[in-house]
Amino acid sequence: MSDFQPIILKDIPDFHKIEVYMKNGGYGAFKKALKMKPEDIIDEVKKSGLRGRGGACFPTGMKWSFMPQKTEKPKYLCCNGDESEPASFKDREIFEKNPHQFIEGTLIACYALGIKTAYVYIRGEYYPWIVMLQKAIDDAYAKGLIGKNILKSGFSVDIYIHRGAGAYICGEETALLNSIEGKRGLPRVKPPFPANFGLWGCPTTINNIETLANVPPIIENGGEWFSKIGEPKHPGSLLYGLSGHINKPGIYELPSGTLLSDLIYKYGEGVKDNKKIKMIIPGGSSMPPLTADEIDGLKMDNEHLKAVNSFIGTGGIVVMNEDTDIVKVIKRIAQFYYHESCGQCTPCREGCGWMLRILKRIDDGMGRQADIDLLNDVANNIEGNTICAFGDAAAWPVKWAIKKFLPDFEQKVRENVKIPIANKVHALRLVSLE
Amino acid sequence: MEIKFTEESLKKLEEAKSRYPTNDAALMSALWIAQEQFGWISNEIMLYISSLLNVPFERILGVVEFYTMYNKQPVGKYHLQVCTNISCMLCGGYDVVDYISKKLNIGLGETTPDGKFTLIEAECLGSCGTAPMMQVNNYYEENLTKEKIDSILTKLSNS
Repeated sequence: MSDFQPIILKDIPDFHKIEVYMKNGGYGAFKKALKMKPEDIIDEVKKSGLRGRGGACFPTGMKWSFMPQKTEKPKYLCCNGDESEPASFKDREIFEKNPHQFIEGTLIACYALGIKTAYVYIRGEYYPWIVMLQKAIDDAYAKGLIGKNILKSGFSVDIYIHRGAGAYICGEETALLNSIEGKRGLPRVKPPFPANFGLWGCPTTINNIETLANVPPIIENGGEWFSKIGEPKHPGSLLYGLSGHINKPGIYELPSGTLLSDLIYKYGEGVKDNKKIKMIIPGGSSMPPLTADEIDGLKMDNEHLKAVNSFIGTGGIVVMNEDTDIVKVIKRIAQFYYHESCGQCTPCREGCGWMLRILKRIDDGMGRQADIDLLNDVANNIEGNTICAFGDAAAWPVKWAIKKFLPDFEQKVRENVKIPIANKVHALRLVSLE
Repeated sequence: MEIKFTEESLKKLEEAKSRYPTNDAALMSALWIAQEQFGWISNEIMLYISSLLNVPFERILGVVEFYTMYNKQPVGKYHLQVCTNISCMLCGGYDVVDYISKKLNIGLGETTPDGKFTLIEAECLGSCGTAPMMQVNNYYEENLTKEKIDSILTKLSNS
């Protein structure tokens, strides 16, 4: 895939400026879309096979088709830039390097769905990026690309930024709706689904920032072109984020299905200080972790990760070397979920605290063998028993870490256990260095 | 002291209200505007916003308590928020906390006697590729080293 050209993070200087963006064909897809029938645009997106980039991988075209065509109520689009999942930092790259492609995608989505108001939800901590995006939106307003009667087409739309204030849960789509309404970010019970009863009870679609940024190239080059990039079941490029014990961390835009070993050793230039890998988180802290033995030949897309009981999530990859204390890492992740639980559902509110306390006890050397079973039991009782996916997100890392790294936990409760480190990948890298 | 928005804050609030179909949706924006002007959100400020937007005090209290970024008590001029979540932790986030804590002689959640610095531990700030990092008020300081922290703190102390 060496001939792959980035779709979103293009290597053009000053691409975030509207003049440069337009000089390179920017807003052409939107102009093209304005001449198309809305249902044809939805069909094109369906044909592309584009799937949501926020973690759930839901087909975008299908999501769009859930929006009622004829309704008395106003319709809304929410662009989800909450991006609070630990280890993901891709949307800020878009705000910084290519905000106009995202705005163009938002405009196309609004036109296709008959929406007049779009809210971009951005986490409160991203203040510098809110300023950047607001500048881009203002520029687009000044060029007459957002606002009333755009390009004399009779189509009007407004795009507003809603600044969050530090709550991981607001990335959950119904919590995000409540937050925009000026309430506490508590997830809502589904059904009713947002497509029928969203913002202020009106039909609402929620899409991730990266998803919307993929829309203009699809309209420009056709859905079929897009569907041929990367893995057929999860096509397009993904913004992979590399962090942790890695020589060259950062965001890499590559086709879906890129080998994890390539990501780590070719693009990330290997593990810091030439160490072996112990654990990998493939797509943000809530995704079940992988052992080093699972890396070999593993393609990074949702279908292939499902085969190893994990998910692509947001594509945020955390690499941990052989010296990493797995219990400490899982304890830190559990601490995060304990802090961020909204408190609505008992299993999650209480369970996250239990998990953290048990993990603290094990980490402090005060744990017993039975604590490991208890921990597993608590995790299993959170999973699937809450109204939103947060419960699963909190339970998975704990549950799968116990399953895959049991000796690490046992060593903390029984001194005579030795941790085996099985590792093919390190050998693989030594070969590639020669 | 009487709690009152400045002309500029009131203008910002009107602008925020115009973005939403209902007044109460501007609550989060109103709180941001208040925090910008007053530095933190006190009960009096919540009562004032309650009268401005015609939203019950209890609901405002709920929102302020829910979101971590609204300061429930006064903070120093520079709010040092060090990320210690997973990627930063692996790259030394806790060392950054310890180093700053020792250097400024304050614990987590504490403010220096001169009111300049408040130190807290933050959850993932979406800067994992440039770990370890911290947020100083609205801005990010990334790829921290001891030398870099020294120079940041010196610069801020003198300003």
